[in-house]
Amino acid sequence: MAEVKLSAGDRESRRPLSPHLQIYRPTLTMMMSIAHRITGAALYAGTLLLAWFLIAASSDAACFAAAAAFFNSIAGKLILLGFTWSLFHHLLGGVRHMIWDAGRGFEHPQREWLAQATLAGGIALTAAVWILAFSAH
Amino acid sequence: MVQLTLPTNSRPIAGKTWPKPAGAKKLKEFRIYRWNPDETQNPRIDIYYVDRDDCAPMVLDALIWIKSKVDPTLTFRRSCREGICGSCAMNIDGTNTLACTKGMDEIKGAVKIYPLPHLSVVKDLVPDLTGFYAQHASIEPWLQTTTPAPEKEWRQSPRDRAKLDGLYECILCACCSTSCPSYWWNGDRYLGPAVLLQAYRWLIDSRDEAGGERLDNVEDPFRLYRCHTIMNCAKACPKGLNPAKAIAEIKNLLIERQL
Repeated sequence: MAEVKLSAGDRESRRPLSPHLQIYRPTLTMMMSIAHRITGAALYAGTLLLAWFLIAASSDAACFAAAAAFFNSIAGKLILLGFTWSLFHHLLGGVRHMIWDAGRGFEHPQREWLAQATLAGGIALTAAVWILAFSAH
Repeated sequence: MVQLTLPTNSRPIAGKTWPKPAGAKKLKEFRIYRWNPDETQNPRIDIYYVDRDDCAPMVLDALIWIKSKVDPTLTFRRSCREGICGSCAMNIDGTNTLACTKGMDEIKGAVKIYPLPHLSVVKDLVPDLTGFYAQHASIEPWLQTTTPAPEKEWRQSPRDRAKLDGLYECILCACCSTSCPSYWWNGDRYLGPAVLLQAYRWLIDSRDEAGGERLDNVEDPFRLYRCHTIMNCAKACPKGLNPAKAIAEIKNLLIERQL
């Protein structure tokens, strides 16, 4: 049998795709970008919970008791903690985007400390809200 | 389209470990992506050892050392060896950069080298940049005027000339565009950081008279607005330029035009 000769076209169609996400060293700003998206998506779920709470509060006592039982459980509290953090992280991320839209914050090292400040600010505000909520309890 | 994993034919497998150079005291390990279009195998990662006492300091020096002394089939692009041609752009130690300006000393442990990310591979470290060049051509990167040409030359004040600083230095190595996740997922429609930086370079050239058409050309949800300020471009650029900022400037020009 004759050898199978690959034409130029066959070769091109067999070309592999070079590795990307698998090999790229993660950068803080890259992680913050994906975190901004994930927290943004999480806010949809969080808003549904908020809607449930409000509807339950405006309905009867049994409904409210059911919602309150969920939010007071360990799992419920963890979800609320995540919601609080998502909210502040995404909010500060939005402020960061606004700074960029004004044409600022692109240079090194400003872009790094803007990312660090957003990350730290989101955690700090979440902690502040929860400490306030528990101390008022 | 976002596809986080590689197609099955593109997943690298373990390759050959080449012998250590005899009598070498100071060795540097290299793990290099290999793919041969004449074979039907998946890409593989070959391991080489470079004798540091016999080799100049840059990663490109090591690649040339391997090619001349160990494995002549290793394929990569290179030309000027001083960071001005952009040929030896590749992914080194997880970041896109030029092999000729990256020192081996800057890398801890084994040096991992891949072709520029998310491109079709022609051979080994040589990716297909056809699409990238076509996108560059699409922004018509030359001076466009409607007024009659002056007798001598198009004049420009020093202040207007200064606006091109940080833009004209781009060598089109594609390090930035191929570092951008947005370009990975939408490289067929998003122009990417390098081409948008070039687009801005012509938009703010005081001598150019096609600004309106240039803005029309990029005003598109994909061509321009896939930039999500991930900033990998600015971090990768081996010339220290800032494509992310140039893209923001284009967005501002589009807003100004509406006012």
